[in-house]
Order: sequence, then C-alpha cells, then structure tokens
Amino acid sequence: MYTAIVFLPLIGFLIAGLFGRMIGPKASEIVTATLVTASAILSWVAFFTIGYGDTKLVQIEIMRWISAGALDVTWGIRVDTLTVVMLVVVNSVSALVHWYSRGYMHHDPHRPRFFAYLSLFTFAMLSLVTSDNLLQMFFGWEGVGLASYLLIGFWFHKPSANAAAMKAFVVNRVGDFGFALGIFGTFVLFDSIDLQTIFNQAIALGGQGEIAHEASFEFLGYHLDTHAAMTVVCLLLFMGAMGKSAQFLLHTWLPDAMEGPTPVSALIHAATMVTAGVFMVARLSPLFELSHTALTVVTFFGATTAFFAATVGLVQNDIKRVIAYSTCSQLGYMFVALGVGAYSIGVFHLFTHAFFKALLFLCAGSVIHAVSDEQDMRKMGGLRKHIPWTYWTMFIGTVALTGVGIPFTHIGFAGFISKDAVIEAAYAGHNAMSQYAFWLTVIAAGLTSFYSWRLTFMTFHGKPRAPVDVMSHVHESPWIMLFPLVLLSVGAVLAGMVFYGVFVGEGFEHFWKGAIFMGPENHILHAMHEVPGWVKVSPFVMMAGGFVVAYIFYLRKPDLPKKLAEQHSGLYQFLLNKWYFDEAYDFLFVRPAKWLGRTLWKKGDGTVIDGFGPNGIAARVQNVTTWVVKLQTGYLYHYAFAMLIGVAALVTWSMFTGAGTGGAH
Amino acid sequence: MIDWPILSTVTFLPLIGVLFILLVPGDDEGGKRNIRMVALVTTLFTFAVSLMLWAGFDYSNPDFQFVEEKDWLGGGISYRMGVDGISILFVVLSAFLMPFCVLASWESVQKRVKEYMIAFLVLETLMIGVFCALDLMVFYVFFEAGLIPMFLIIGVWGGARRVYASYKFFLYTLLGSVLMLIAIMAMYWNAGTTDITVLLGHEFPASMQTWLWLAFFASFAVKMPMWPVHTWLPDAHVEAPTAGSVILAGILLKLGGYGFLRFSLPMFPLASDLFAPMVFTLSVVAIVYTSLVALAQEDIKKLIAYSSVAHMGYVTMGIFTMNEQGVQGGIFQMLSHGIVSGALFLCVGVVYDRMHTREIAAYGGLVSRMPKYAVAFLIFTMANVGLPGTSGFVGEILTLLGAYRANTWVAFFATSGVILSAAYALFLYRRVVFGPLEKESLKSILDLNLREKVILVPLIVLTIFFGFYPMAILDVTQGAVDQLIHNYQAALEAAGHVQNAAAPAH
Repeated sequence: MYTAIVFLPLIGFLIAGLFGRMIGPKASEIVTATLVTASAILSWVAFFTIGYGDTKLVQIEIMRWISAGALDVTWGIRVDTLTVVMLVVVNSVSALVHWYSRGYMHHDPHRPRFFAYLSLFTFAMLSLVTSDNLLQMFFGWEGVGLASYLLIGFWFHKPSANAAAMKAFVVNRVGDFGFALGIFGTFVLFDSIDLQTIFNQAIALGGQGEIAHEASFEFLGYHLDTHAAMTVVCLLLFMGAMGKSAQFLLHTWLPDAMEGPTPVSALIHAATMVTAGVFMVARLSPLFELSHTALTVVTFFGATTAFFAATVGLVQNDIKRVIAYSTCSQLGYMFVALGVGAYSIGVFHLFTHAFFKALLFLCAGSVIHAVSDEQDMRKMGGLRKHIPWTYWTMFIGTVALTGVGIPFTHIGFAGFISKDAVIEAAYAGHNAMSQYAFWLTVIAAGLTSFYSWRLTFMTFHGKPRAPVDVMSHVHESPWIMLFPLVLLSVGAVLAGMVFYGVFVGEGFEHFWKGAIFMGPENHILHAMHEVPGWVKVSPFVMMAGGFVVAYIFYLRKPDLPKKLAEQHSGLYQFLLNKWYFDEAYDFLFVRPAKWLGRTLWKKGDGTVIDGFGPNGIAARVQNVTTWVVKLQTGYLYHYAFAMLIGVAALVTWSMFTGAGTGGAH
Repeated sequence: MIDWPILSTVTFLPLIGVLFILLVPGDDEGGKRNIRMVALVTTLFTFAVSLMLWAGFDYSNPDFQFVEEKDWLGGGISYRMGVDGISILFVVLSAFLMPFCVLASWESVQKRVKEYMIAFLVLETLMIGVFCALDLMVFYVFFEAGLIPMFLIIGVWGGARRVYASYKFFLYTLLGSVLMLIAIMAMYWNAGTTDITVLLGHEFPASMQTWLWLAFFASFAVKMPMWPVHTWLPDAHVEAPTAGSVILAGILLKLGGYGFLRFSLPMFPLASDLFAPMVFTLSVVAIVYTSLVALAQEDIKKLIAYSSVAHMGYVTMGIFTMNEQGVQGGIFQMLSHGIVSGALFLCVGVVYDRMHTREIAAYGGLVSRMPKYAVAFLIFTMANVGLPGTSGFVGEILTLLGAYRANTWVAFFATSGVILSAAYALFLYRRVVFGPLEKESLKSILDLNLREKVILVPLIVLTIFFGFYPMAILDVTQGAVDQLIHNYQAALEAAGHVQNAAAPAH
C-alpha cells in the first residue's frame, strides 16, 4: 500500500507526460487526477493505521542507489507518523488541486503537460516525505524544485514567469548548498546518512548527558568538538530548509513564484513544497535536539520571517501576493514552534495551514477566474453577491487563518488552535530568542488579521471597481472548482479541533510513537499550558484589533489608507517594495556575478592566459615562420601532414634511443 | 573468459571500416551514403564488441583482464593490452558515442565525407587503444596520435576560426606531450621496462616522483583541461563540427582524468600526496571561475564548453581526495559527463543545423515550435546542473562528499558551484527555449526528425537510468578503485608519511 501511495502519481506523470498528446487532454486529466485521488484515499487509510494503530514504523527497501566505501544509500520508503501526516497533506491537497485544475485550466492548450507536471510534483514530494535517508530526501527536495520550476514557468511565453521560475530554482539552490554540506557533515560525524542509524547514534549521544568534548570534526579551518559539530551540521541543514520554506533572506523567490497558475500556487507554494523545510527539521529532531544554538537560530529566523512577511503583506495589491506573503509569514510561525522544541506543534500548524491556505489560494483562483484574469485587488470590489460560494468559502479560510475561536478553550477554527499553540509555546520556550519570537508572532497575528480582512473587503465588499464589461462577465466557477473549496473549508473548520488532541494534547505519545524526538529536558508541551492568561488571550486581542482596523480602513473610511500612505510615504514605499530585498540582492550578487564573469572571461582568459600563453607563442612562431619560409601554402592538411611526420619521427627516435639504453641496463 | 584477443579486436575494428571506406568510390551522393553506412555499421559493430567485453568482465577481480602481449620493440617494450575496472567503461563509452557521431554528421557534413569518416574511425581506434594500453609506449603512441585526427577534424571541417582553434589546441597539448615523453624515457631508464603492470609495483625514488609527476601533470592538466590551461577548449569546441565536440567533450577530456588514475596516483603516490593541495586549489578555481565565465557567454557552445571545464574540476578534485567516494565519484562524473555533455553538444547541433548560428541571442521561444526538442534539452540541462535522478548528480555528490572528507574548504567552495551551475544552465535554457517566439527566422523551425530522435532518446534513457541506478557503473569500478586506494595508502605509510586524517583506509 505504501509503495502504491508513492508510485501512483509517478504512473500518472508518465502516462500524461509520454502519451498526453496521444490520449488527449481529457484523458490525461482524468488519469492523473484519479491516480492521485486513489493515492490520497490510501494516505488517509495509512494515517489511521499508523497514527491511531500500534505500528510504529514501516520500512520498505526498493533498490540500491549509491554505494561507495562506507556510503551506502538505498531507495526506500519509511513510513511513520510524521510521514503519514505529510502523506495526508500532500495527497489530499494534490488530489483536490488536480480536480480543481480541470476547471481552472479549461482553456489552456497545454493541459496534458500541466497535469503531468502536477503529478511529477506529487511524486517528488512523496519521495521526499517517505525518504529513509538524507540523500533520497535531497532527491525529493530537488525534484520538487524542478517541478516548481516547470510549473512557475508553465506559461513560458511570459518573460516574467520565466524569470520567476529561474529565480525560484537558483535561490533554492543557495539553500541546497547548505543542505548538501549538511549531508556531508552528517556523514563524517556518523559514518552514515541513513536516518535510523543517525537517529540511534544521535539519541545515544544525547543520552550520555555530557557530550564528549573531543575535537572530532573540522570545518573551514575550525576544529570542533561533537557538540559544536552538531550545531554546524544542523545550521547547514537548516539553510536548506530556509531556501525551500522561503525564510527571511531566502524568501525572495516565493512572491515571484505567483507567476505560475493559481492551482500551482495552492499546491506547491502554500500547502506542500514550502513546508518541506518544516518537515525536514521535524524529521531531524533527534539532531536538532542536540544543539540549542541551532534551535535558537531557527527561532530567530522563524520569528523574523513571520513578522517581516506580514508587514509586507499589509500593502500588496496583488491578491495572490498577499496570500504568498501570508504563507511566508505562517511558515515563520512553524519554524518558531520548531525552534522552541515544540516540533509537534510546528507540524500541527503545517497540517492545519495546508487546508486553509490551499483554500484561500483556490478561492483567489476562483476570483481571478471570475474577473477575467485580473489579479489587482484595486480593480475588484463588490464581488460578494456575484460569486457567493467563493465568497463564503474564502470567508471561512480567512476566519481560519486569522484564528477565530473562543479563548481558553479548544473550540475554534483551524488556525486558532494551531497558531495560538505556537504563540504559547514561544512564550514558554527557554532559548534566548523565544521572547523575541513571542512578541513578533503576537504582533504578526494582528497584522495577519489586518491584511486578511483587507483582502476580503477589497475584493468582495464595497463598490465594484472593475470595468463594466468585466463586471458583466463575472460568474461563479463551475462545480468542479467549487467542490474542492467546500471540502477544504470543512478541513479549515475542523482540522484544528479534531486533531489537536493527538498532535499536541493527551494523545501525543501514542500518536507520534517517537517519530518526533524530544530530549529528556524538553518539557515545552507541558510548560505551554501553564502560561499566564494574558498570553493566551493576546493573539485573540490582536486578531480582533486587526479586524477592526481593516474594517475602519476599507469599509468605513476608504480614503484613510491613502492618506496614511501619503503621510508615511517612506515607510509605505519600504513595505511596498518588500524591504528592497530584490534590489539589494541584485546589487550585491547578481550584478557582481555577471560583472565578474565577464571580466574573468575577457581579461582573465583573454588578456592574461591567452595573451601570455598560446597567442603570445603563436605570435612569436608567426614571426619566425614568415621570416624563414615562403612554404606557407595555407592548406591545412599540409601542416597536418608535416606534423604527422614530425610526431612519427619523434616517437621513432625516442623509442630507439629508449630501447638502446634500456638494453644497456 | 574469452580466449580471442578481444581488446585488439575492439581497438582495430574501426580500421577495417576504414579499409572498406577506402574501397568505396565516394564522389556522388550514393557513394557518400555508402560511406556513411559503412562508418555506422563499423561503429555499431565495435560497440557490440565492447559490450561483449563488458559482459565478459569479472567484477570481483581488481586486476587487469583480457591481457594480451606481443613482442614489439624488444628491451621491455611490448605490445600489451588489458583492461581493469577503471578503464573498461571508458572503452565502452568511446565505442558507444561513435555511432552518435556518425549519425550527427549524417547531413551536416557534405564535403570530404570520405576523409571525415576515416578521421573519425581512426580516432576511435586511437582512443580505445589509449584505454586498453598496458604498455607505456603503446599508451603514448595512442595518446599522442589521437591529437592528429582531432586536429584535422577541427581544422578541416570546423567553423570560421577553425585554423586558430586547431593551432591553439595543438600548441597546448604538444607542450604537455613533450614533457610526458621525457618523463616516460626517464621511467624506462629507472625501471627497465614500460610494462604498466610492472611499473605499478615499481617504487620510484621520492625526488624523481616529483619531477615525473609534474611532467605527466603538464600533459594531463592540458587534456582535462584544468584551469589555467583550459582556454583551448572553448575555442576548439566552438569551431569543431558537432560530432567533433561530442568526442572532444565525451572522450578526449577523459584522457587526462584517466591518466591521473592510471599513472600519477599509483606510480607516484608520494608526489600525488605532495601536490594534492595544488590540484584542489586549481580544481576549485576551475569550478568557480569557469562557472562565472559561463554565466557571461553569448555563444551556446562556448557556454557548454566552460561548463565542461567546471565539471572536470569536480573530477580532478574527486580523484585527488583519494577516498572511495571521491575517486568513484570522479570516474562516475567522467562517464556521466561523457554522456551528458555529448548530448548537450548534439542538442546544440540540432539547432545549429537549422539556423547556422550559435549565438544565444538568435534564439528564444523554441519551445513553441519544438516541444520535443525542449524536453530533451531540458533533461540534459538538468543533468548538467546535477539534479538528483540524473547521472550528473551522482558524480557531483560523490566527489563533493569525498572532498568534504579531505578538506572542508575545498568542499565549501566547490559546492558553491551547484548554485552557479544552476544559474548559467537555466539562464541559457531560458534564453534559448523559453520566452515568446518573436524572431522571424525561427517561425518555421521544425521539431526533431527521426534521425535526431534516434540520437537523443538513448542518451536520455541512459542519463536517467544511471541517475537512478548508478550501481551499474559503480559496481564495475569498485574493485579496481579499492585496490588503487589501498596501494596508495600503503605506499604512503611505507614512506613514513603521516596518515592524512581525513582519508582513512577502510
């Protein structure tokens, strides 16, 4: 069954990819969507078998992959609770997106290709989450990167889409640079990159209490003891996670990735691929538990991203970009949870977030579909009556994202349960950054509420700002696009309440069964219940505040935002231009690299190497030959023949002299 | 075991094809067709024999197999042939790429078809001979003679600046060759034989090793090519006809790496250990420097040529780490690069045949008219970038892992190559294949024809197959590599060298 879950989407990809032209778009769509749906159903079965049953771990070996010396890597499937959680998220969202895309991409001439890519992505993502060693994880990691590249650049005639696709791949490669070095470091430390082997050794290391302080590891000239080595390895691996999960400094690709079709944004850039970094850190919790420094760094980056992305989201006008920054910010929340040691909360937020964020994106797609491919919210407004299904499902998504619920209980929408748990864990955390993280995530909760309601009000309420001919064409999406919205809405409402107990609460031990490792000193899950009342209520207050401000700004006094932007134009421009990261990177990296390349080519290769090397010599030779000979016929084969004779003579001569002296020995 | 001299057969079979071609009158269209057919059949036959060789190869035996010996010049110089786990796959690779070269030249070469095919078949003999040779003199003759047909192929059938390119190629390689010849003579005086199997066990005095190593290095570094003696390669590639580029990138570049493995490391272990830091430095410079230069290129072939230099940087780095991952990875990288870069040059050839330009700026939006081509080019681009699941990844990750064990600084800078390679390769792909199709000249361009599909599909299959199941190659090389490393470590220990902590013997 587990093998089928992973390989069904691959079969879909192969059928649609190789024979898409032959069997036509409709057949390609149905085949891929059906196979992924089957995979999704099996995933839920697996979820209940592993999560609620007694099976702890299933390992299936498929075949050998790479073996050289002590390195021995196999293709394999590893299924434990963490895996089945990811399987459910990936396959459910993927299946719904497949069906949704049948409606959304209806007019596109390249549908077989689109569905092939979607299935390829799903397969790569599944092989990532089921990997049994770091290298296979890297395979899935880069595989989803490839699929993301292809899907962002799906509309290849758009230069902006191509640029965004390339940017996504290259920025991710920066993270992968760290990931690869982290894998090497792990291998040097543990002599293996097999997950089970590393975990056993790491847990044993932690169990010794005091980690041996012998110099066992060398990195960039520093001799490190085991403890410091763990920190270095974890930080390198985290660098990979930062790239894939678009964390602060490596986030620049995610907003641009919105150039891809909207279903892609929902699947890859909201629910699944971007959470791979979170998954990776949770998966490697036995390693991260050994390094408080690394966890502190994770907390710092998570909190900074949560805040930073939320501020940028406040002022964006493109409906998809607002949600993209929101995704970035929510990923930051997940990393905060991981950083304070509450891995299961991070994964829980990943789980609930997948439902409501995919929902929001698909709703945005439905809106864009309705208003003739317009994405600028300034040209929307007043759509509520025209597309009621989209409106209400998006309303549910917004309520879930902003975290509406009843404080001090576990009753509320998905985001309420998981996000508030993150914030409480941050407050209860012990590392140097946890208070920083607490305050930033609380503030970000307010900002989240503001931009979410701003989005809703600008899009659905007020007076229509779209041209009349667009408004006259506004229509509700077909049922094939609406039923995924409804299903995801159910998830957005219930996922938090239903699964809180097993992910975080009393059912924790039995559900996870050691798939997430927490060191003996890590009591975060208990400590978070003892936080003061004001901490528990603060995100709710911020959420309400954000709603009120958005209500005043965009429904009561619509001219207020403009005035505010003019008064603080510096700040407004700073936020609108995303803290000028793109400009800074262009100035710091892109231009110097191009300049350096050109200089090394023209000056280094041209002037220096060739100038003093072959061209210089050739010029001398030329002088000599013109002086000596009129023999230059200009026919190349004359030269070649002369050379042939020369070489032959040389060889013969040397052989005979060589043989002669050899004989004398 | 096979009891007929299979190595000599596979080596000299192409020459029989040459004989047939000489007999065919080749002036009219029919004659040209016949010549092409003869060349194709010959190369296919040779490939089939090389596969038999592989089938008969005993994986568990790390020594030389299929050994042949005939008296030649006396005094310890004999005609000796044999292959081990390191060399056999290069024989197969050489024989494998040749039919593609013939097919790639099917329509693009119209003048002097007879001479062209003869040059290629002779080249095949010489290259296979290099990998089979078990005698230093035999090796040298094959090694140097291989220059001549390549020189002619570039110089006669090349592009506009072919004469400059072929001279540059010749000047560079000649310099190294002369030094190597002197070194070979010195070795002969010292050891009294040119039998490679004997020389492998011979201990050269430490001071002599240094000089011999440097002389061999001069030759192999140019062939690799390593920075800073790489500048002949971009020019040679740009001017060479497509098939010439395929052989150049696919096989000739591997002679250097093979030479390091066959001679420098086992015969001069002390000097190799001494110079390893220098090789690391040059390799890392090659990876970073040429990747940056590739980013700035405006000519498709030049870009791929520079990326080849970067990839060869991984090879030299891996080989000199002298641990299993590094050396295995280096060999794998060479074989994989032989397939991938060969395929990339074939891809360039496809559009060059249609548009007669290699300017990147002349293309754009090809995917609209050539979707099949776009897929093939994408797969090879990704393999070049080292995407897992393609053969390019395995060599890259193994050499980097090996380098990390040897020296983390080296690994650190070399790994930054994965970012740069993604940048230049995707930048190329974006400019050539993606984007709107706006140029008038491209509006009627045709997608792959049957011949081109026959060329590219097997290469795609292999690129992906070796990405998922590299053991098909690693199993072959393992025994010989283990022995190589074992002897190397033993030699260092015997010489009282302090064991390099990062490269423990397993």
